[in-house]
Amino acid sequence: MTLATRNAHDENRSHRFSVALEPWLYLSPALLIITSVLIVPLIIGISYSFRKFSAFRSEYVGLEQYRTMLTDDVLHGAIINTLWWTGGSLFFQFFLGLGLALLLNRPFHGRKLVQGLVFLPWAVPTFLTGLTWTWLFNPVIGPLPHIFYAIGLQAEPVTILANPETAMWGPIIANIWFGIPFFAITLLAARKSIPSELYEAASIDGASAWQQFTKVTLPFLAPTIAITVMLRTVWIATFADLIYVMTAGGPAGSTNTIATYIYVSAFKALDKGYASAVAVLLLALLIVYALIVIQMRRALMKDK
Amino acid sequence: MQNALYTIGLYGAVFLYLAFALMPIYWTIKISVTPENLLYSEGIRLWPSRATLANYASVLRATDFPRYFTNSMIISITTALIVTAVASLAGYALSRFEFHGKTWVSLVLLLTQTFPLVMVIPPIFRIMSQLGLTDNLYGLIIIYTAFNIAFATFLMQSFFDGVPRDLEEAAMIDGCTRVMALRRIILPLTLPGMGATVAFVFTAAWSELLFALMLINSDSQKTFSVGLLTFIGKFAVDWGQMMAASVMALIPVCIFFLFLQRYLVTGLTAGAVKG
Amino acid sequence: MASVTLRSVTKAFGTVKVLSGIDLTIEDGEFVVLVGPSGCGKSTLLRTIAGLEEVTDGEIIIGDRQVNNVAPKDRDIAMVFQSYALYPHMDVAKNMGFSLLLRKEKPEAIGRRIEEASGTLGLGALLQRLPKQLSGGQRQRVAMGRAIVRDPKVFLFDEPLSNLDAKLRAQMRTEIKALHQSLKTTSIYVTHDQIEAMTMASRIVVMHDGIVQQVGPPLELYDRPVNVFVAGFIGSPTMNFLAGVAEVKGGPGVRLDDGTLLPVTGELALHEGQMVTVGLRPEHIQFSTKGLAAEVLVVEPLGMSTQVTLNILGDRLTMIAMDRPKIAPGDPVKLTVEAANVHVFERGTGRRIGNKPN
Repeated sequence: MTLATRNAHDENRSHRFSVALEPWLYLSPALLIITSVLIVPLIIGISYSFRKFSAFRSEYVGLEQYRTMLTDDVLHGAIINTLWWTGGSLFFQFFLGLGLALLLNRPFHGRKLVQGLVFLPWAVPTFLTGLTWTWLFNPVIGPLPHIFYAIGLQAEPVTILANPETAMWGPIIANIWFGIPFFAITLLAARKSIPSELYEAASIDGASAWQQFTKVTLPFLAPTIAITVMLRTVWIATFADLIYVMTAGGPAGSTNTIATYIYVSAFKALDKGYASAVAVLLLALLIVYALIVIQMRRALMKDK
Repeated sequence: MQNALYTIGLYGAVFLYLAFALMPIYWTIKISVTPENLLYSEGIRLWPSRATLANYASVLRATDFPRYFTNSMIISITTALIVTAVASLAGYALSRFEFHGKTWVSLVLLLTQTFPLVMVIPPIFRIMSQLGLTDNLYGLIIIYTAFNIAFATFLMQSFFDGVPRDLEEAAMIDGCTRVMALRRIILPLTLPGMGATVAFVFTAAWSELLFALMLINSDSQKTFSVGLLTFIGKFAVDWGQMMAASVMALIPVCIFFLFLQRYLVTGLTAGAVKG
Repeated sequence: MASVTLRSVTKAFGTVKVLSGIDLTIEDGEFVVLVGPSGCGKSTLLRTIAGLEEVTDGEIIIGDRQVNNVAPKDRDIAMVFQSYALYPHMDVAKNMGFSLLLRKEKPEAIGRRIEEASGTLGLGALLQRLPKQLSGGQRQRVAMGRAIVRDPKVFLFDEPLSNLDAKLRAQMRTEIKALHQSLKTTSIYVTHDQIEAMTMASRIVVMHDGIVQQVGPPLELYDRPVNVFVAGFIGSPTMNFLAGVAEVKGGPGVRLDDGTLLPVTGELALHEGQMVTVGLRPEHIQFSTKGLAAEVLVVEPLGMSTQVTLNILGDRLTMIAMDRPKIAPGDPVKLTVEAANVHVFERGTGRRIGNKPN
């Protein structure tokens, strides 16, 4: 190559390089922060699960922590609680949220105001949600025990949080209260994006309201439903704040979920290794779950 | 006849939802204005016979809450601003550029949204104590920033997606570099979106409990959430004061949220459907 | 004012080749139209000239400067977008003056240039308005004003009239052409509308699948299309195509599937038995007493002319008659075409069959 063409060649190469580099420059602050503050600790956390921690030192123990998990009854109880917690919260949140979304889709007086007010629970800090509902269940200052007693749900007005049989419902109800707006907002937005011509065509074809719902609304909402349900499930499953504030995992471990168990193990019992192992279990379960949902969504999209 | 039934059903359902949503908040407010001596006797009335602001006054004057409030404010506002700035850049990159590894970046961001945060508590605690960042506000700001970047980026990305590409292309032909085009043309158009992101991150940071609980010990550094929680355990419970403190915890959030609610509908769907 | 030269310009997105070895020279002051169906690469080509896309290979030369590595803002070009891309938060005057502001021109100079441009385009009354307060046609003019004010070496137009209604489009076509005649700036104009191409271009570049099919003045492309694609793309209503086999001995002519022999000029380089496609422009088909047998399907009187759709050998044929033929749907008719007006193309490649070499 002559000098001229080599210079042009180099110029081309450096130009191309800076063009390829450009997006990464914009991404770098975000990636840097996430990697250093989240990814690195995540990896470290996974490595902790192979160690045992005591007062001042830690030793490598291979899979021992995982083996301990297999015989840990508290953990097994926590897994069952987690399923109740996640399933119960999700079921009611979702359907009530869907109902609210469909309701808000119809015109009525004061709809804008109602819409703003009804979304307020999502804005309330979660610790406050927990505290408030704890107080609502408290017979001294809250109305609920008295209402439950009055309608016969309880033998006497006490807080449901003190009874291992009923304690789990406390955080679940609080979570439902907190989570309805999430589904209502996302499903409402998705519902609004369905072109009205589809409904007009359906009603001309003679479809009833129910048929319109199942044949037009649901298929269109399906992808949104899949994603929101998946996201919310993951958030609920890992949500320790609310339960911790209301019951700290008690009474007698009846409200202990995997998430609170991890928090308590790591913090109180000082065995970070075990906590990390349990956390890895939770992470694995969530990844499997997410993959299942993603596959389901792909299948749904193909059908369309 | 059908019309009347329908209307009754509609408004009835609306009323039920509204009552359910507002009742807890209303109740908190009600207790917060109930004078102490009436608390037990009038526990379940709908409104105290004599309302008072004494609880608020004592919270503001006699407790550490003003300090907790300030701490939370500082942390939340700082986090919100940093996150929005960083997420804007990242969201812009994801919106405008096609490049190798783009899917990976989106996946990594999604990952940070979905893994149990509790999982990183032990290592983060260890790292933070080694860096001397426990028991002060900076540590929390760093952590909250990291947690919120992913979602904020998705939000900003969808807001940028709503701005046509031709605008910055026209600006680049007119004489701007891409950065100048971003600053002068695109950002002014995404201001509402950025406002919504700031509001969202503020709310998330304001609400956080576990990390604050773990990292902060001294009273002077406590956030509102931790302060409220530890307050309960301390004395014979002064319900009125605690409710007053809770109501005050709600105010900044509600203000921001009223602003944010409109834009969240668009932002959340775009982020959610994209998955 | 400058020429634009493209040498072997290639653009690939991953493994998909959008532009393949484009060679083109656009002379200083020309108005060249890049035309083709969606996806042919014309917009991509325009954007590589603008610097909004990188080329995978090849050179782009504006004037005498290779600009491959030069940022759009330094190429001294102006572009009018299909969506106008007006800055929504600035009024018309600021939109037009933005580029000059960036160049740090003096306010008086900026004001003067805006005044000149808005005068030419009739925007004087709209200078304080925001884009959302303007109609489509007005926005279009502001977009052009923004380009004019810069006094660039090259104007680039990316389907600027696509979003306007038919009447406005016809009006703007004339205005743009008049503007070019007064400013004489080199202009490259992209459109999928062959009418715009025919009426506005000094030369047309027909593109298909990322390759230049033919370059030339409008009438040259109309009269001597170099392949079936160009023949079918240029001209409205579209040219009619019929399959046939060449006969040199009895003709010369093309034997159509129904047995009719269509005479062609003797200069064509045909082989006996060659498989060909015959192209007939609607205005060249005439009614006669003997020739192709056809059946009238639809008669559409346009006033100045009459468009007749006919059925021949199972195919549709479109014909334009300048008189007002007394026919009705269902009538059997016979058609001829003058031999000189018959275009013949190779059946496989679609290439035009030219004259025999001397």
